[in-house]
Amino acid sequence: MMKKSSFASKLINSPYILWSVLFIIAPLIMVLYYALTDASGAFTLDNVKGIADYSSTFILSIGYGAVATVISLIIAYPFAYFLAHTGASFQRMSVMLVMLPMWMSFLIRTYSWITILGDSGVINSFLRIFGIGPLPLLNNGAAVILGMVYNFLPYMILPLYTVMSRMDRSLIEAAEDLGASRLSVIRRVVLPLSVPGIASGFTMVFVPSVSTFYITQKLGGGQINLIGDVIEGQFQVANNYNLGASLSLVLMVMILICLGILRLFTDSDEGNGGVLI
Amino acid sequence: MRTKSSPLSRLYIALVFVFLYAPMAVMTVFSFNGNESTYTLHGFSTQWYVRLFSDAVTVNALKNTIILAVVSAVISTVLGTLATIGINSLKNKHVQSSIMSVTNIPMMNPEIVTGISMMLLFVFIGRLFSRSDTLGFGTILIAHVTFQLPYVILSVLPKLRQTDPRIYEAAQDLGCHPVNAFFKVVMPQIMPGIVAGAIMAFTLSLDDFIISYFTNGPDFQTLPIHIFSMTKKRVKPDMYALSTLIFAAIFILLILMNIAQSKSEKKQRTSKEEAVL
Repeated sequence: MMKKSSFASKLINSPYILWSVLFIIAPLIMVLYYALTDASGAFTLDNVKGIADYSSTFILSIGYGAVATVISLIIAYPFAYFLAHTGASFQRMSVMLVMLPMWMSFLIRTYSWITILGDSGVINSFLRIFGIGPLPLLNNGAAVILGMVYNFLPYMILPLYTVMSRMDRSLIEAAEDLGASRLSVIRRVVLPLSVPGIASGFTMVFVPSVSTFYITQKLGGGQINLIGDVIEGQFQVANNYNLGASLSLVLMVMILICLGILRLFTDSDEGNGGVLI
Repeated sequence: MRTKSSPLSRLYIALVFVFLYAPMAVMTVFSFNGNESTYTLHGFSTQWYVRLFSDAVTVNALKNTIILAVVSAVISTVLGTLATIGINSLKNKHVQSSIMSVTNIPMMNPEIVTGISMMLLFVFIGRLFSRSDTLGFGTILIAHVTFQLPYVILSVLPKLRQTDPRIYEAAQDLGCHPVNAFFKVVMPQIMPGIVAGAIMAFTLSLDDFIISYFTNGPDFQTLPIHIFSMTKKRVKPDMYALSTLIFAAIFILLILMNIAQSKSEKKQRTSKEEAVL
C-alpha cells in the first residue's frame, strides 16, 4: 500500500512496537526475573525447585481442564451441527443467545450455581418434595467441572458453528448421492471438515479451564485446589511473588506445549474456525 | 437441506439453552426476593433494586467500569488501527509474522498469567522508584489496552487486506495527499472492522475480571472487582439485581442490533433486486 514510504510505515509501526515491547514482552521477562530471584532480588533457584511440590496440582489441573474440554465438545458438537441446519433467522437469534452470557459477569453467573446446587438450593428444594436428599451437588469435583463447562461452552460452540455453517453442502450431498449412510457422512465428511473448529474450541475452553481460580473457589468450596488457586494465593494471600512467578512460568510453558501438540493434529495455523471472539 | 432439522434436534438445542440460561433465570427470580436469602424465596419485593442505586460503592464501581471501558477502547482502537496499517505495510514478511506472534501472546496466554506478568512489571517499576502505590487507574488502563489490542488488530486486518491498493494509488495519482487519500479511500472500507474491534474492546473491558484483579489498585475498583469482593462473603440479592439489570440491558441492545441488521439486509436485497430489474 505505502509503496514509497517505508519511513512512514516505520513511523506508524513504532508506537505499537514500543507498546508491545513495554507491555507484552517486558512483563514476561519480569515473570522470568521474579521466578529466578528471591524477595531481596538475589539470584536463586529455590522457586524453580519449589515447583516440584506442585507437580500433582499441575497434573490435576490438566486433568480437570481436559475433562471439561471434552465434555464441552460432546455437548457443543451436536448443538452446532443441528443449529447450522436450521433456518437463517433462527440461526442468527441462537448465535446471539449463545454469545449473550459471555458479556455478563462470569463471577455472578458462576455464583448463581450455588443457588441452584446448594444443599437448600433449587434442585435440592425440589427433590425434598419427594423426600429425596439433600444431595451433595456442591463443593466437589463434579461441580467444578460443571462450572467450567457452563462458563466456557460458548467458546466451544461458536467456532464449531462457524465451520459447520460455512461447510460446503454439496460435499455432504455428494456423499449421500454416492450412497453413504448418515453416520458415515458425519464421520467421513463433516468431522474432518470441522477439525479447525474443534481445534480452536479446544484451545478456548482448555486454557481458561486449566488456569481458573474463581470456579474452584466457589463451586469446589476449597476442596479442589488447582494451579490457578495456588498462583492466586501466592500473589494475593501469601505475597510470595517469586514462587508465584515461577508457577506462572510453568503454567505458561505447559499450555504452550499443549497447544503445540494440538497444532500437530490440525496443521492449520489460521483455520477458518479461527477467531470469532 | 434447510428443512432437515428434526424435532429431536430442536429439543436438543432447547436443552442446551436451558443449561446456559438456568443461572440467569435463578438470578432474575431471586433478585425480587422478599428477604436476604439467595436460597429460599420469601415473597416479592423490589427493595434490592432500590438499595443497589443507593449503594455508593456499587454506583461508583459502575461508573469506574464504564470510564475504563470507554477510555481503553478508544486508545486500543486508535493504536490498534494504526498498528494494523503499519503491520500490513511491512514488506519484510518475517518481521510481519514475528510482530503478529507477539500480538497474539495476550490472546494465547491464560489471563491469570497476563495479569500477573503486568502486575510484576508495575510492582518492579514501583520498586525502582521506591513507591508501593503504583497500581491504580493508569496500570489497569494499560492492562486493558494491552489485552484489547490483538482483538482490534485481528478484526481490522482482514478488512484492510480486502481493500484494493490500486484505488488508494489512483487517488494519489489524481493529486490527493497520501494522508487525505487514506481517510477518504481506505478508512471507509475498513470502517466495519474498526467498529467491530471497538465494540469488542469495549465489551471485553466491561466484563474483565482476572486481569483487572491483578492490576487494579485500592483507589480504582471496577464492577467485576467489586462483585468479587461481595461474593467472598454471603451474597445478598442486590448482586443478582445488578446482574439482572445488566442482562436486560445487553438483551435489549442485542435485539435492537438484530433488528437493524435484518433491516439493512432487507434493504440490500431489495436494492439488488431493483438492480436486476
